[in-house]
Amino acid sequence: MSHQPVKFYQTGTFTVGNRLLTPESRTVQASEARANALNSGHRACQGCGEALGARYAIDAAMRAANGRLIAANATGCLEVFSTPYPESSWQIPWIHSLFGNAAAVATGIAAALKVRGEAQTRVIAQGGDGGTTDIGFGCLSGMFERNDDVLYICYDNEAYMNTGVQRSSATPPSARTATTPAQGAQPGNTFGQGKNVPLIAMAHGIPYVATATVAELHDLEAKVERAMAIRGARYIHILVPCPLGWGAASQDTIRLARLAKESGLFPVFEAEFGEVTSVSKIRRHVPVDDYLKPQRRFSHLFGPQADPQTVAHLQRLADRNIRRFGLLADGDAPERVPVPEQADERHAAPA
Amino acid sequence: MLEQIEGSRAVAQSVALCRPEVVCAYPISPQTHIVEALSELVKTGRLAPCEFINVESEFAAMSVAIGASAAGARAYTATASQGLLFMAEAIFNASGLGLPIVMTVANRAIGAPINIWNDHTDSMSQRDCGWIQVFAETNQEAGDLHLQAFRLGEELSLPVMVCMDGFILTHAYERVDLPSQAQVDAFLPRYEPRQVLDPAEPVTIGAMVGPEAFMEVRYLAHAKQMQALERIPEIAAEFRAVFGREAGGLVRSYRIEGAETVVVALGSVLGTLKDTVDELRDAGMAVGVLGVTTFRPFPAAAVREALQGARRVVVLEKSLAIGTGGIVAANIKTALAGLPAAIHTVVAGLGGRAITRASLARTLHAAVDGTLEALSFMDLDWGLVNRHLERERARRRSGPVAEALLRDVGTVAARVS
Amino acid sequence: MFQIRIHGRGGQGVVSAAEMLSIAAFKEGRHAQAFPSFGSERTGAPVVAFCRYDNAPIRLREPVMEPDALIIQDPTLLHQVDVFQGLRRDGFVLINSSRSLAGLGLAELFSRYRADRMLTVPASDLALKHLKRPLPNAALLGGFAAMSGEVTLASVESAIRAKFAGAVADGNVAAAAAAYDVVQRERTELSHA
Repeated sequence: MSHQPVKFYQTGTFTVGNRLLTPESRTVQASEARANALNSGHRACQGCGEALGARYAIDAAMRAANGRLIAANATGCLEVFSTPYPESSWQIPWIHSLFGNAAAVATGIAAALKVRGEAQTRVIAQGGDGGTTDIGFGCLSGMFERNDDVLYICYDNEAYMNTGVQRSSATPPSARTATTPAQGAQPGNTFGQGKNVPLIAMAHGIPYVATATVAELHDLEAKVERAMAIRGARYIHILVPCPLGWGAASQDTIRLARLAKESGLFPVFEAEFGEVTSVSKIRRHVPVDDYLKPQRRFSHLFGPQADPQTVAHLQRLADRNIRRFGLLADGDAPERVPVPEQADERHAAPA
Repeated sequence: MLEQIEGSRAVAQSVALCRPEVVCAYPISPQTHIVEALSELVKTGRLAPCEFINVESEFAAMSVAIGASAAGARAYTATASQGLLFMAEAIFNASGLGLPIVMTVANRAIGAPINIWNDHTDSMSQRDCGWIQVFAETNQEAGDLHLQAFRLGEELSLPVMVCMDGFILTHAYERVDLPSQAQVDAFLPRYEPRQVLDPAEPVTIGAMVGPEAFMEVRYLAHAKQMQALERIPEIAAEFRAVFGREAGGLVRSYRIEGAETVVVALGSVLGTLKDTVDELRDAGMAVGVLGVTTFRPFPAAAVREALQGARRVVVLEKSLAIGTGGIVAANIKTALAGLPAAIHTVVAGLGGRAITRASLARTLHAAVDGTLEALSFMDLDWGLVNRHLERERARRRSGPVAEALLRDVGTVAARVS
Repeated sequence: MFQIRIHGRGGQGVVSAAEMLSIAAFKEGRHAQAFPSFGSERTGAPVVAFCRYDNAPIRLREPVMEPDALIIQDPTLLHQVDVFQGLRRDGFVLINSSRSLAGLGLAELFSRYRADRMLTVPASDLALKHLKRPLPNAALLGGFAAMSGEVTLASVESAIRAKFAGAVADGNVAAAAAAYDVVQRERTELSHA
């Protein structure tokens, strides 16, 4: 397959880069020489955060690996929209096996490369939250436990989007999905459930864990680069808004990712060997309402049947994150080993 | 070189001689000794270069093998029973992707009720998954089939399942002639993949295929297995030339000339059958044996040819299709369609129940006497069965079936009150 | 074909005994087969292992139902499991015990089988002495060699060394040789009686 170079008209202003920066300080995306691993022509929805996240992350990884990268992809939106028969957007060696085994397939690829002495070729496993936090959890944990030389990237849009927006263990409390409808006494997803995979990854003691969003391209690329400089099991969890699933305007994707971080609901941080090593501070703190209101999956909390109690509950989650991770400039220092928010929810739940 | 070793070890040594590059396995009785032996060979450097990966489940084992094979490495794993089921999704994935993984299945029954002993339920449950399935009669053949499996699988880009009876073969010590590394290297060339994940030549593996091409992809998998029908005897012949003994092939007959009655079976029971048949022949019964070595692809033509002179065929199988009857028998019937032979299905040895010469002889006498039913269950305790059916008729809360039967048999402590 | 059935409990090396016996027969140029019959792995549970050997290749896979020889590693099984089931009239019986057959309450066996082919040997004691552990399997094989003459002591020793190494092998070999001597003496006494 011949490599197809980037044409800037197809990628928008974000990728042209800040002309006031020196070339070295510009993003990978700003370079015409970037790998363009996920080529245009894929079938992602307008405003898809995952397509953005994947393009940013994989091109950064390709630069770090000098073009020698193999990717194992779980079933999900990314896999489906990037390989619509008979086409493929991928310009790198790429394999899709099953929904729950991306981490294990990547382990196998890494083992093959190791046996062949091909130390320069690196391996990425990637999947959505469904394939990572639920059905792929066993294989993910196994890969972490063995410290296999794999970078796992989770594109978290907080539900099983490709199959029609069903709830996953990454779905935030009170969010509406097809299997947590906004009906009845407790509309939307339940409080006190779910799991925090970045913290679980940290509990495995792996060399590098980071969270990121598609709103901060420099930060995301830097984290991928840092991860690629490390050998062993690494995990990056990227928040990728889904306009369709979240019920948001397609042009709001990056803005929503930013608001998730600025409200404190999505802490952006790095950790090494189980302890938080750096935190991305909130620049302009906003109440959770600003983040929730533009999304129809939370619309049952506002409007005629407003539920200020639940909104307040979500605000408390955000405040807890701010405290635990030290997200405000003048706030607490980050907890070296934070506790997952679900633990507090269960603790507080009535007997 | 001749050695007296455990079957599992013979398999491990044979696999090691094939120079696998990635071995990944999850322990399950009765396969454990195979992977333990391989881990020892890798740790001590006797098998190198090889990555031995301790995976967290059988699903992971097959998935790791998929990744390794797709990246161009010779990959091997082993499992049995519940483990085979746990990797079912991945097994279909491996064959669908055309990856030449070789896997040993140490045949064991499937629960519930949990049972660790031998029967063929596990392999049979995956007979249509697109893997080539071969069954070993002895530990010698079990070792030899792995050599042929890598060769065949890599040539056709298809995964191969080598089935060997759990405990009966895996845990039996017997004489095995292990080949030399030079012999194996001459027989099994380096793996040259048809597709490989390579940054120098990127490809997309595992894309979705819709209605416009799925039938064609499936048909091609079938066509490849049909090619295997040709290649398997050829590879067996080549094996014979290099190693000087019989192993593999599609079917193997024993004293079938002039046999009015032929027993068809798979795996280790063929040994006991041959001894039985010798005794019966001495007593004047015109009986022979047909061993099916390759079950998938099903060698219909070879089976038909071998059985065309038989008046009656007794299919002895260690599997049962609940709700209908024999599994192997169904395939045999299809192969013999139109021929006049009467076909009997005898289900035997489920869950490790021993198959004895005495019972086999009784069964064959019944076949010849015309008293053998179309479907029968060898050595079944009808008393036990009927007592339980009565229990269920009498009372709704009749409790777990297994416990009730075990209590009847006397292996569970009776209630105090 | 000669068939042996070995009875014992999990953890006593019953399966190893059958395996070593098959190796001994192999070393003498015979075809040999050894396999276990056991439930879930559990120390203390009854275990049976089988060994058969022949000059011709062995195809048979059924359990040994009519043994030519029985080795009982644990006498507590005697009144719990029907260890003598199927034993041939001229079969050999070797029981791990410091008591005599009569002392074990088995005197009636003499009427059914051949008295000169039924012996006990204190294999656990000999193992404790030479191996420092009451694992009687190797010693019993030495005793079997003496009792039946089916395999030589040298083959038994060779088989032990195929399975074990270092001091463990030495201890087992010593125990086997000691048991061999004990059984030889018993046989001599019996033939003089």
